Amino acid sequence: MAYERKIGDTILAVDQISLAFGGVKALSNISFSVREHEIFAIIGPNGAGKSSMLNCINGFYHPQEGTITFKGNTRRQVRPSEAAREGIARTFQNIALFSGMTTLDNIMTGRNTKMNKGIFWQALRYGPAEKEEMEHRAVVEKVIDFLEIEAIRKTAVGTLPYGLQKRVELGRALAAEPDLLLLDEPMAGMNLEEKQDMCRFILDVNDEFGTTIVLIEHDMGVVMDISDRVVVLDYGKKLAEGTPDEVRTNQDVIDAYLGVSHDDDEE
Amino acid sequence: MFYREAGQFKTSYNADQAIFTITQDKFFVGAFLLIAFGVVPFFINDYWANAILIHVLVYALAGLGLNILTGYCGQVSLGTGGFMAVGAYASYKLTTSFPELNFIVAILLSGGITACVGVIFGLPSLRIKGFYLAVATLAAQFFLVWLFNKVGWFFNYSPTGMIVSPPREVFGFLVTGPEASPAVRYLFCLSVVTVFALAAKNIVRGRVGRSWMAIRDMDIAAELIGIRPLEAKLTAFAVSSFYVGVAGALYFNVWLGSAEPTEAFDIFQSFFVLFIVIIGGLGSILGSFLGAAFMVLVPITLKTIMVDGMGFAVGAAKHVEVMLLGSLIIFFLIVEPHGLARLWQILKEKLRKWPFPY
Amino acid sequence: MLFFLETVISGLMAGVMYSLVALGFVLIFKASGIFNFAQGVFALFAGLALYDFIAEDGWFYDLFGFALPIWLGIIATMGVMIIVAWLVERLVLRHLVNQEPIILFMSTIGLAYFMEGLGDTLFGSDVKPLDIGLPSGAWDYLLDTHNLYIEKLEIVAAGVAAVLVIVLAIFFQKTRIGRALRAVADDHQAALSVGISLRTIWVIVWSVSGFVALVAGIMWGSKSGIQFSLSLIALKALPVLILGGFTSVPGAIIGGLIIGVGEKVAEVYAGPFVGGAIENWFAYMLALAFLLVRPQGLFGEKIIERV
Repeated sequence: MAYERKIGDTILAVDQISLAFGGVKALSNISFSVREHEIFAIIGPNGAGKSSMLNCINGFYHPQEGTITFKGNTRRQVRPSEAAREGIARTFQNIALFSGMTTLDNIMTGRNTKMNKGIFWQALRYGPAEKEEMEHRAVVEKVIDFLEIEAIRKTAVGTLPYGLQKRVELGRALAAEPDLLLLDEPMAGMNLEEKQDMCRFILDVNDEFGTTIVLIEHDMGVVMDISDRVVVLDYGKKLAEGTPDEVRTNQDVIDAYLGVSHDDDEE
Repeated sequence: MFYREAGQFKTSYNADQAIFTITQDKFFVGAFLLIAFGVVPFFINDYWANAILIHVLVYALAGLGLNILTGYCGQVSLGTGGFMAVGAYASYKLTTSFPELNFIVAILLSGGITACVGVIFGLPSLRIKGFYLAVATLAAQFFLVWLFNKVGWFFNYSPTGMIVSPPREVFGFLVTGPEASPAVRYLFCLSVVTVFALAAKNIVRGRVGRSWMAIRDMDIAAELIGIRPLEAKLTAFAVSSFYVGVAGALYFNVWLGSAEPTEAFDIFQSFFVLFIVIIGGLGSILGSFLGAAFMVLVPITLKTIMVDGMGFAVGAAKHVEVMLLGSLIIFFLIVEPHGLARLWQILKEKLRKWPFPY
Repeated sequence: MLFFLETVISGLMAGVMYSLVALGFVLIFKASGIFNFAQGVFALFAGLALYDFIAEDGWFYDLFGFALPIWLGIIATMGVMIIVAWLVERLVLRHLVNQEPIILFMSTIGLAYFMEGLGDTLFGSDVKPLDIGLPSGAWDYLLDTHNLYIEKLEIVAAGVAAVLVIVLAIFFQKTRIGRALRAVADDHQAALSVGISLRTIWVIVWSVSGFVALVAGIMWGSKSGIQFSLSLIALKALPVLILGGFTSVPGAIIGGLIIGVGEKVAEVYAGPFVGGAIENWFAYMLALAFLLVRPQGLFGEKIIERV
């Protein structure tokens, strides 16, 4: 790494979040905080409430109790589109690309929030709208370069293989130049090589753009390697929080999550 | 062999995002427009103008409008007939109340009024989706037609309930009324449709178009990356209704000359335009034109063959025509659910490789 | 008060008719996720076919010199509807598996056009009075004792609808085929993977809805003759489905009744102030207003969206 990464102040604080669907408690009294520029992992067995946690952070679910503070703004309910405009971007567990559009268009939509020329300029195209479009295209091309997906620029994403789709999705999130990037199982269903690529991208994003990353991942090897801090959820409750080493040795976590075999390497 | 892009390099993002990236395409489209604008008007007669050319153009414009809403933004509408009626009646009120008003301005204002109505009926789309929304648009269809039928103010209290387009000029040429020459009417429609098609293409390949398509493909994800569903859906309704309204105004003023709401703007109009969009290709500007040509020309051809060629009675021919149209629609949906525009694309791909496909 | 009661009851009866058509929609929607716009035309077609089997001026009479007795005519018509269902599966649905709902919907509009043209070509397009011996005229008892005017036919229609719903409910909940149908409705591919034959299921369900269409055709035909307007009932069934939810059999019935009554009451009491004929759009506005409050319909399930 070229320079010393600086972990800054708290950028996201989750305070006493509880979320229930009908009678089912998905999350109860979860609190943690994420600091600027860090890579923060949420782990836990299936159904532990990890995805629900991300959904609360970017406003898709509205928790019944608790607050979320992002960049100093405390809020209980926010619309997902507003959360995105505040600088939270994410990828999804099941790929959620716009399948009818090309890679380029998909990534361009990530910049939609940064564009503002009205519909009349758009219809006319020549002039301001075109200028704006080209500026943003240049940014998008940088993202495309960064993720090494130049060759599929004009391909409809529905036809791409899984690994590439994941990459395009990351590209769409990056194009928004977020302050906080939420990654929901970025490496699920990938082979070793693809995982290595994805890890490299995540580390590079964190490094080059200083983006704070919150990720959910099942691959313990990956999580322990790349994250600065980890929070462990189980049945909607927080079991532990700390550096990978602290979590690794936490007896509660070993019992509940890794089982009694004391083997933390799932591969 | 002749249709290749080899050796054509793009040196700017702008060139890369042009509408026609291949030189041969530009040439072809240019030639097509040249013929449409420069040659056809000299040979046009009443039959060709009314039965075919203006007919296709007006429906292509309505198709464009619906395609923006359904093809690009994914919101199914069965209210096109009603919105066309709004455009027609708005233009009627404007041209008769303000005889001095420039006809082009009147048409654009009618589109604007329709856009407002469209936004009102689009509001439910924020809460309801899919077929549920289709039913909401049916409410627009039936309510609007009823309104224009019942409220005398809209048809200037004419005893028959009909509205008749007053003669109006554009740049000194008469475009409406019985005296207008077919060539002028054709050229007027062609100009309007060309400008609107270009504008539509520009919108759908820019920011707004992308937000529509994002909503269409996955509305939740779209919202999570910062697209406001309210804004995207309502702009789609507004722009779409604007187009449909202008199409309705042309349909009434330039094509029909007179209209009566229950017949001219009924639910079958809505279906007709929906067919244009589906057969032509959802989410394709070109498709709206191909679909309109198909839906207009096929019945005419069938009728000509059956009545003139095979001596069917007109009534029986009508039934067989409906039957054949129905089966053709099914046939097309089965063969190519993405419409004629996709077939055209495939043809172009083949042509690029011809005559050495490997 | 009496007048109001009569209005409500006649609305209820119109509602039963809507329900019958809506029921056919629900069946097909449940089993195949297809919104079958042709359901109304099916009713028209079944009515026309039945007429031609049993009437003195029908085709059958022209060909064989005698008309079928009514019960045989109904069975023969049912046979025709099964053939239609089979052909629809064979020629249309089979080729459209896994297409988007809008494409399937459009194909059923194409189907409606086709059937309508076919019906007109085969059977002619005049209004045909269908008489299969259902009682007609007013129900004397009520007329005498309470001065209420209610048609006997409407009572019969209500009874038939009730029986139909019970039979269908049993069919869906208790039989093996019914279970398979529900499986298919949930997920085509999952159903295929556990060995359910989509094709058979579709033929069955389209036949059943053909049967419902036949019943609807008989009822409407006995009431006001078989005519083209029957196919437009399909459009009225839409708001009914919105109210009841697309997948609920009881919903179709109750939705139909609400729409029928609402429409009649509105027409009679509010219509005169705004120029009448609000029946044309009232049902849609009602459905629209309802949707804004409860987007999933009366009996539909609320869907929690996930990402």
